[in-house]
Amino acid sequence: MMGSGIIFGQVSHTYRPPRGRPVLALDGVSLEVKEREFVALLGPSGCGKSTLLYLLGGFLPCEAGSISVGGQPVMGPGPDRGVVFQNFALFPWKTVRQNVLYGLEKQRMPKAERERRAQELIDLVHLSGFEDSYPSQLSGGMKQRVAIARTLAIDPKTLLMDEPFGALDAQTRTLMHEELLAIMRRTPKTVVFVTHDVREAVYLADRVAVMTARPGRVKEIVDTRPPDGARTEFIHTREYTEKVDYLWNLVRDEAIRAQEERD
Amino acid sequence: MGTTVFVRYLPLLLLAILWEIAPRLHLVDPSELPPLSAVSKAWVGLLMDGDLWTNGVSSFVNWFFGLGGAILVGVPLGVMMARFQVVDDVASPVVKALYPMPKSALIPVMILWLGLGAGSKIASIGMSCLLPVILSAYNGSRGVDHTLVWSARSCGANERDVLWEVILPSALPEILAGIRNAVAISFIVLVASELLVGQRGLGYLISFLGEGGVYDAMFAVVITVSALGFFADRAYLYFMRRTLVWRE
Repeated sequence: MMGSGIIFGQVSHTYRPPRGRPVLALDGVSLEVKEREFVALLGPSGCGKSTLLYLLGGFLPCEAGSISVGGQPVMGPGPDRGVVFQNFALFPWKTVRQNVLYGLEKQRMPKAERERRAQELIDLVHLSGFEDSYPSQLSGGMKQRVAIARTLAIDPKTLLMDEPFGALDAQTRTLMHEELLAIMRRTPKTVVFVTHDVREAVYLADRVAVMTARPGRVKEIVDTRPPDGARTEFIHTREYTEKVDYLWNLVRDEAIRAQEERD
Repeated sequence: MGTTVFVRYLPLLLLAILWEIAPRLHLVDPSELPPLSAVSKAWVGLLMDGDLWTNGVSSFVNWFFGLGGAILVGVPLGVMMARFQVVDDVASPVVKALYPMPKSALIPVMILWLGLGAGSKIASIGMSCLLPVILSAYNGSRGVDHTLVWSARSCGANERDVLWEVILPSALPEILAGIRNAVAISFIVLVASELLVGQRGLGYLISFLGEGGVYDAMFAVVITVSALGFFADRAYLYFMRRTLVWRE
């Protein structure tokens, strides 16, 4: 069976805007994500962390360097790598149920089975009773839960998350963190999670890769696994606070540099 | 509910009363504006002897094929222009050049090419409605959120699935709004083309009755055309809201 370990080898990417000069977004990024590992990409905005995720998703062509998943080079998007975007990216003309069903239809799952599977996922993200609602009738947190259900429905080995909780209020975000961890305990996956929120990265990830301001490189990789593996308790420990402080200092320098460059 | 409808259409009622009274009191010349009761009587007459019906049917045929053709050609063309650079490069300059042209200027050209029959009228309506349909399909497809496309692709959708299942539904609100503009234009060009030449249609009936000095009947046809335009727009709006329930 094919694995889901990810290897970025010397990945560079140049962004070419329709007008203006090309910008080097990523400069020789190398990173390895082991199977079922949760890695956060942390960095200031504009550091290319989302670009790295889009390259892994196969949405942008990888022009320099190599990206492989389970030993296979990434050639384009595929159902082995599910994506969750910050803006939810739900089909607004489809109901909750139809959104969750979409991937299952594309996978040609028999009707009875996919109906059952969709309901299972809707229950998992606590949206029972909203099956026939349209996304426009839901709150931000609910929308993101639908997006997660849609992605998890096709059971991808790898989950790519692009600041998935960035558009949510603080309380909802905390609840979503707990839910995501609970889901990951039930169905472990390889996760690459893009964020600029240090606490979120430390709380969720096994390792955090800090990226530099543009052009993005991996500055340092920090192990953030809680010593006893108990993540929900981790947040109250001194180790957690220390890791957050340590990472914040790393990111801070880059955020300042990124800001200076903009000004 | 009954009262609100009454209040909403009160201005129309007042206008109708004014229309009846003004010619009777000779505030306006009744030969230029016959009272509403005379117009209504003429309308019943046109309905009874079948003139309204036969001309209405022939107008409907022109309108249906003109507008339908514009939609059938315009939507795919607009979507293709948005999706494929080559199509855009070829079609865009033509579309942009035709955009500011007055739609009715096409009618004589179409008559020259296609003759005095239904063909030139259908073509005039079709050409006039084509631009708003193309532009709405183009803008709607261009504005598609790329994360929607990416989500579909990572669910296993191929290029064709993306076109039918993401691009078209995403562009639909804009396309339907463009078609609504086209419906309004179609009525203008329909009547204008039939006024100009021809032996059939409601526009022809207006000019025939006008030239013959049968003004009460002429006004009856004018009102009929206005009412048809109004109800077509209402019905379309209803259809549009039903189709786009997911928006609110």
